[in-house]
Amino acid sequence: MEDFFQKLMELGGPLLLGAGTTVAITIASLLVAIVLGLSLALIRLLGILPVNWLISTYVEIFRNTPVLAQIFIIYFSLPYLGINIGPFPAAVIGLGLNGGAVLCEVFRAGLNAIHHGQREAALAVGMTPWMSLRYIMLPQTWRITLPPLGNYAIALLKDTAVVSAIAAPEIMFWARNLVTSTFQTTFVYILAALIYFCLSFPLARLVEQFERRQRAWQ
Amino acid sequence: MINELREFLAIYAENWADWGPQIYAAIWVTIKLTVVSFAIAIVLGLCLALGKLSPLKVVRAFCTGYIEVARGVPALAILFLLYFGLVPLGIVFDAFTAGAIGLGMSAAGYIAEVFRAGIEAIHKGQREAALSVGMTPAMTFRHIILPQAMRIILPPLLNMVIILLKDTSICSLISTEELMLRAKDLAMMSFLPMHLFLLAGVLYFALAWPLSIITRKVEKMMQRGRRQTFGIN
Amino acid sequence: MENALLRVENLHKRFGTLEVLKGVNMALDRGHKTAIIGPSGCGKSTMLRCINYMETPTAGHVYLDGELFGERQSGDGFVRMSETELATQRAHVGMVFQGFYLWPHLSARENVAIGPMKVRGMSKSEANDLADAMLEKVHMSHKVDEYPERLSGGQQQRVAIARALAQQPKLMLFDEPTSALDPELIGEVLNVIQELADEGRSMVLVTHEIRFAREVADRVIFLHDGVIVEEGSPEEVIDNPNHERLRGFLRQIVEH
Repeated sequence: MEDFFQKLMELGGPLLLGAGTTVAITIASLLVAIVLGLSLALIRLLGILPVNWLISTYVEIFRNTPVLAQIFIIYFSLPYLGINIGPFPAAVIGLGLNGGAVLCEVFRAGLNAIHHGQREAALAVGMTPWMSLRYIMLPQTWRITLPPLGNYAIALLKDTAVVSAIAAPEIMFWARNLVTSTFQTTFVYILAALIYFCLSFPLARLVEQFERRQRAWQ
Repeated sequence: MINELREFLAIYAENWADWGPQIYAAIWVTIKLTVVSFAIAIVLGLCLALGKLSPLKVVRAFCTGYIEVARGVPALAILFLLYFGLVPLGIVFDAFTAGAIGLGMSAAGYIAEVFRAGIEAIHKGQREAALSVGMTPAMTFRHIILPQAMRIILPPLLNMVIILLKDTSICSLISTEELMLRAKDLAMMSFLPMHLFLLAGVLYFALAWPLSIITRKVEKMMQRGRRQTFGIN
Repeated sequence: MENALLRVENLHKRFGTLEVLKGVNMALDRGHKTAIIGPSGCGKSTMLRCINYMETPTAGHVYLDGELFGERQSGDGFVRMSETELATQRAHVGMVFQGFYLWPHLSARENVAIGPMKVRGMSKSEANDLADAMLEKVHMSHKVDEYPERLSGGQQQRVAIARALAQQPKLMLFDEPTSALDPELIGEVLNVIQELADEGRSMVLVTHEIRFAREVADRVIFLHDGVIVEEGSPEEVIDNPNHERLRGFLRQIVEH
């Protein structure tokens, strides 16, 4: 038993360090993704065709290629253009750009879910389109998009695992190092999986609560 | 600008004799990996979904637990466990098998929920009506439940194929000989990461995008049968 | 004619290849009420929505209180105003929709108050007082803090009317206000509209409720296939219809 706990301590430490990085990457990428996704969804509303076409292209490209490929391209290829960035920024940029594409569609669906009549009523009382967006559409969009946003956050948390491939010091990276140094292969990888689960479980419960409140609100 | 582009593209022409066959083989592995993991996910997912409906509490708890874990743990962690983590216990999988099983087990969690949503969406009353007109449970399933459930299940399932296709790239990290690994190896050997990763990206896109288009078409088709409720309010 | 509150000149509206309004003219004096009746698809909603430029006419002009509405003169032509310019004009016209379109994330009071607050810059307490007064007018004082999902259709529509009233508009437009309501809820809404009419408000009312139109309006327009086929006082149009089409239409509605 004591042996077990000693092992736990030895291995838990570095893994928890990695967990810190994992969480940091997740939060940073999430913010980038939300800002990017929301901005693009709003820009789409302006209805400028060439711009919308560009946005669609961006979304299609990022949603139909693997995150790993995107991160590799950013990390390994940019130096050849003279830009040198570390693993953490590369990870955040890659995951952020990927997330922007996903969330652009989420916000688009959220805005579309609001009946067009509400926008009409807003214009009829003399609000400008901007005012109708600010006071009528966006407040409601948050409620609608919270569940898919939450689900995306969970997916993002899991996606951070692949940035171990560019040596970002998150959980999987530390796990591999530990295995190399301690040979406790089974234990380490189970522990790593457990830590991810502990991180994602509360998020999953939160999303479930949102979904339940949504259904009641319907 | 055009010249730089031409130089860039010329490199592909130069190396195609070398890269071409290797990439081609790797793409096939990617496709096989996608298909096998999808098959595993569907079978496992269906079992889990049905298991959740089981009268036995133990079965229900296990299935619920499995789904929770599968949806809360990254596929990469599962792959590492399967490929490296079981070796001390005497279980050794080759990279492809580990990849397929790992992706399949991970996806099964999502697919189980998709099946569950589809089955639950069919109102109990319809089942009862079918039985009352004399249909057997099997006929009910075939003519009433399945066609309607398909509407709900098909689009997310197709989506899952695309996700699995993209996730096969993760298997490169356990040295499965698929497209991403091949691209990385060639990139390392030729010092041309930009070219190879872009190529990989383009190829993945070429595989995934048509599937995306089909999925959207199917989504639209499936919506045709439903009554549009006018959103007053 | 010149001091008519509302003037509609030669209104045309085409959707793609379908011409819905084929040259409609109308004038409304201050304090008067005009009802527009006609079969489904004849263009009466479209006509109403052109008045406050919810639909942009393909041709023709709208004048509110002598001022060109929705367009500006540009050279020797006309150009549609931007949505921002249009917003200031629309603030003077209250519209009540068939689908009510209350904003679900706001309470009844907030629904009514937000316009005055954000569009006219009223303080929150001023706007709330105005909202309460308008809600009192439509007999919804007991539900000021309720959210739309908790209100019946008739109650929602009355809040929608209060919302339009809060604009203190020169003109009220009603687009089939009771068509989406269950029969037993229609009365409460019609009563409110009647009370507003008795106060002397200027209104254009598109409706299927012929008996009500006869009570409330001082002028009735029968629209058919995008053209005004008959118009006059309620007695003339509804009691003594001239056109065969109108007679047929009224016969069909009789079961009300």
